[in-house]
Amino acid sequence: MDGSMVLPVIIFLPLVGAAAIALIAPSRSMVLKPVAVATSAATGALTLWLMAAFEAGDGGFQFTQFAEWIGSAGISWHVGVDGISLFLVVLTGLLFPIAIVACDPPHDAKAYYIWMLVLETGCLGVFLALDLVLFFLFFEVVLIPMYFLIGKWGHENRKYAATKFFLFTMLGSALMLVGMLALALLTARETGGAVTFNLVELAEDAGALPTITARWIFLSFALAFAVKVPIFPVHTWLPDAHTEAPTAGSVILAGVLLKLGTYGLVRFGLYLFPEASRYFAPLLFTLGVIGILYGAVVATMQRDLKRLVAYSSVAHLGFIVLGIFSINTEGIEGGLLQMVNHGLSTGALFLLVGFIYERRHTRQISEMIGLQKAAPVLAAVFTVVMLSSVGLPGLNGFVGEFLILAGAFVAHRWWAVVAAAGVILAALYLLWAYQRVFHGTPDDANRSMPDLNWQEKLVMAPLVGLIVFLGVYPKPVIERMEPAVNQLISHMEQVEGFQSPTVGDRPEGSFEELRELKADYGEGEGH
Amino acid sequence: MLPILAQAEIPDIQWLPLIPHIVMAGAAVVLLTIVSVAGRWLPGWFAAAWTVAAGLGVLATAIPVWIRVDQWGPHSTIAGSIGVDQFSVFIIGVLACTVVLTALVADGFLHRESLDGPAFYVLLMLSAAGGITMASANNLIVLFLGLEILSLAVYVLVAMHLRRAESQEAGIKYFVLGAFASAFLLYGIALVYGATGSINLAEIENILSSNDLSDNGLLLAGMAMLLVGFGFKVAAVPFHAWTPDVYQGAPSPVVSYMAAGVKAAGFAALLRVFFGAFGPIYEEGQLADLRQVTDDWQPVVFGLAIASLAVGSMLAIVQTDVKRILAYSSISHAGFILVGVQAATDDGVASVLFYLAAYAAMAIGSFAVITVVSGPGDEGTALDNLRGLAARRPLLAAAFTVLLLSQAGIPFTAGFWAKFEVITAAVDARSFWLAVIAMLAAVVAAFLYLRIVVAMFLDAPDADAPRLRVPPGPAIAIAIVVLFTLAFGIYPEPLLKLADDAWLNLRLWAH
Repeated sequence: MDGSMVLPVIIFLPLVGAAAIALIAPSRSMVLKPVAVATSAATGALTLWLMAAFEAGDGGFQFTQFAEWIGSAGISWHVGVDGISLFLVVLTGLLFPIAIVACDPPHDAKAYYIWMLVLETGCLGVFLALDLVLFFLFFEVVLIPMYFLIGKWGHENRKYAATKFFLFTMLGSALMLVGMLALALLTARETGGAVTFNLVELAEDAGALPTITARWIFLSFALAFAVKVPIFPVHTWLPDAHTEAPTAGSVILAGVLLKLGTYGLVRFGLYLFPEASRYFAPLLFTLGVIGILYGAVVATMQRDLKRLVAYSSVAHLGFIVLGIFSINTEGIEGGLLQMVNHGLSTGALFLLVGFIYERRHTRQISEMIGLQKAAPVLAAVFTVVMLSSVGLPGLNGFVGEFLILAGAFVAHRWWAVVAAAGVILAALYLLWAYQRVFHGTPDDANRSMPDLNWQEKLVMAPLVGLIVFLGVYPKPVIERMEPAVNQLISHMEQVEGFQSPTVGDRPEGSFEELRELKADYGEGEGH
Repeated sequence: MLPILAQAEIPDIQWLPLIPHIVMAGAAVVLLTIVSVAGRWLPGWFAAAWTVAAGLGVLATAIPVWIRVDQWGPHSTIAGSIGVDQFSVFIIGVLACTVVLTALVADGFLHRESLDGPAFYVLLMLSAAGGITMASANNLIVLFLGLEILSLAVYVLVAMHLRRAESQEAGIKYFVLGAFASAFLLYGIALVYGATGSINLAEIENILSSNDLSDNGLLLAGMAMLLVGFGFKVAAVPFHAWTPDVYQGAPSPVVSYMAAGVKAAGFAALLRVFFGAFGPIYEEGQLADLRQVTDDWQPVVFGLAIASLAVGSMLAIVQTDVKRILAYSSISHAGFILVGVQAATDDGVASVLFYLAAYAAMAIGSFAVITVVSGPGDEGTALDNLRGLAARRPLLAAAFTVLLLSQAGIPFTAGFWAKFEVITAAVDARSFWLAVIAMLAAVVAAFLYLRIVVAMFLDAPDADAPRLRVPPGPAIAIAIVVLFTLAFGIYPEPLLKLADDAWLNLRLWAH
């Protein structure tokens, strides 16, 4: 396959599948699912091929494709993949077939599969777009399939949750549109060049804008992504949306959609606004740490198993934000890795909760007891996934959290200490929930619960496999991420003329050196 | 021959640019004649087909005018009272398409409501002829004449539904308030004439660029009066009070023409006067170093825009009637368009034109759906009547959803690019806060479009809901606007370029 065509094929293959499904006659409804599975699996296979063909040592964009689109406005079709987006693309490619195989819609199967595949196109487009407007188009258009998935196939309170999700996210991106236009137009005015929304070109001129202007524009971007992540205190749509969404919707929402926000923070926050990112970093990682603790505490209090998992997402994404805004190689790498880990483990958790709900028709923790006896395989899988979410060494969650804490420790020591407490809290709420649901003697309602069937085992197998694999041997992922992250850091330093502290030059307890570091940091701020 | 005519100097007239005007007005008169002479032998669809043909004819005759302006540059005719520029041709195109689509929508409607007859189509074409005159007027009196022709026809159209009291009431309401607004406009024209000594827009522009009249009380009062008059026509807050009642009462196809055509003509006239004559003054590509007249009206338009955006989007939320919801949404769209006007730049004008074209499509399509759904008597316009439409008529519901999402400014619809262009113009003119407020209002407005989508897709249909019949006319119209919305949503370049080329600059005219 020609290298430059692979990304458009990846992006639009699900859309083609959706169109094919739209054309299937109602009398042939049994082929709907096979077509959806085949399309998403083929897309997943292509993303795996992409990972294999990816040049590991290269930190730049690969497989790029560029074409004029709306020339008069400086908007182009520009896609490409680098170490930062590669694994999010692969994650998307893996989670969609899993989610589609795992859950059958109770009604309107045709529309359901169409929306799922349209959603996949949107998500892949977001991760691969290298033009601001193109990115924004995909970023916004993702809302519509998700809105319908929640609103039509969700639980009791679905209309409220769907509308809230839509409006919250749209609010953020509405301001981002203004920021985006201001960035492109003002940069063009400063440099005297033509207006362009090309990410690479804008990043080259990242230092051109006056500091204050850049900070304002950064805020408009950060707000949009903060809602999507979601960062405390704009997270309130998340528990509703996750809880009310159908199982596959929750899996994709947690696994992929939340990553659009964190990915945006790295790709558009750090990359385009080095100075402003550093200036606002204290605010953002503080909110991240608050999110870790708040998410954990609120999760502990939940009576609804799905809501508990939803709040655990708030905590986990707090970690990712903390890592990103440590602004050093370890932190950002940890953040990126944790995005993948969270996608795997929380996606798996939502699937398991969905399986339990299908059997017990309840999500209340108090109504479940002793499921371990009734469904040992389910309990075993749940244990592995939960421990990955807790961050047990040997499973994937540990690697990401460790890197984040290492990066945060260098950048902001005490915040790392507080965040580490969040790890303990995670163990608390997840283990406690596990204990209540799976341990004990099952009562009549729970005794006869069937265990996982072969189809469910099949979809859990790759997730559990990856959870273990990435915990034991994360090197293939990290070595592909690292050049891109290093390039990002050096780009930021180049724009700012600032040296960031890394683990290597960590002061060994010497106050003089620490003070020097702080002085450096102050210089960077004043820039 | 009367002595006065002998003395009168007949101005040199170029006929080619006037052909679209003549076709539109002539088609109305000829239709009236044909039907009154041979009415009983004509098939029922004749008037609608005639109107569609007339609209297409206007579109076809506008193309050579566009090409001619492209070659020769903008100029004026009939002693400088009609402007021939691409700006006016663009609006003529929008109005012609509006007439074609409205006629298609009206065909089934008039038959269903037993209102058959040529009156609707005659008035529609006359009104559009007035709109065309407004869009190309280079003289305040000609502009006023156009506005009156447009308005008088619409007053009657609104009251067209003989058996509905609401329609009569809406007609009276619109007539009284409209006449009042026209009086404001006329008074404004008189004051501007008093201040500048001319009613010719190009001459006024010329006078203002060589004399500083930015503190002239007469001119300021005149501009304020003109804004009131135009504000009424485009339904900008605080001159919007008639909109919800009239939209609700008027026959649905008439509303689609009002939302698309009257708004387009109103904004065209507003831009001609305020950007053309009272626009920014440039010297060698730079803003001239003198107090600009634009500084006087820009803040006022800024205020109108914010008020329209806020009132339109917020009051729409509490409505339960779809026509009222869309009436308020049209107010908020007027606010968006004013954001582009406020920029007072060439890009701003282009963005307004693009927005008008995109909005015309969305509005006609939306009201066409309502025309179909409202059922006999044009009564079923409550939100409840749309419940479960997706189960009853999936394609119709899907089409309406596309149009609503376009109104909300969701990507891959023409509505997104309309908002994109307007916000670009505002940001480029450094009106950042206006841009931010406009986008926030867009989010609020998105809620009300979602309400309609929820009703259609997520609510179950009533068991006793009547079977919906979609007549071919509205079906074709809806298909066209949906295709338009999606095609220009994915590749807006041609329309963007057309709007970009259709610039307005009275200075370049060979007087």
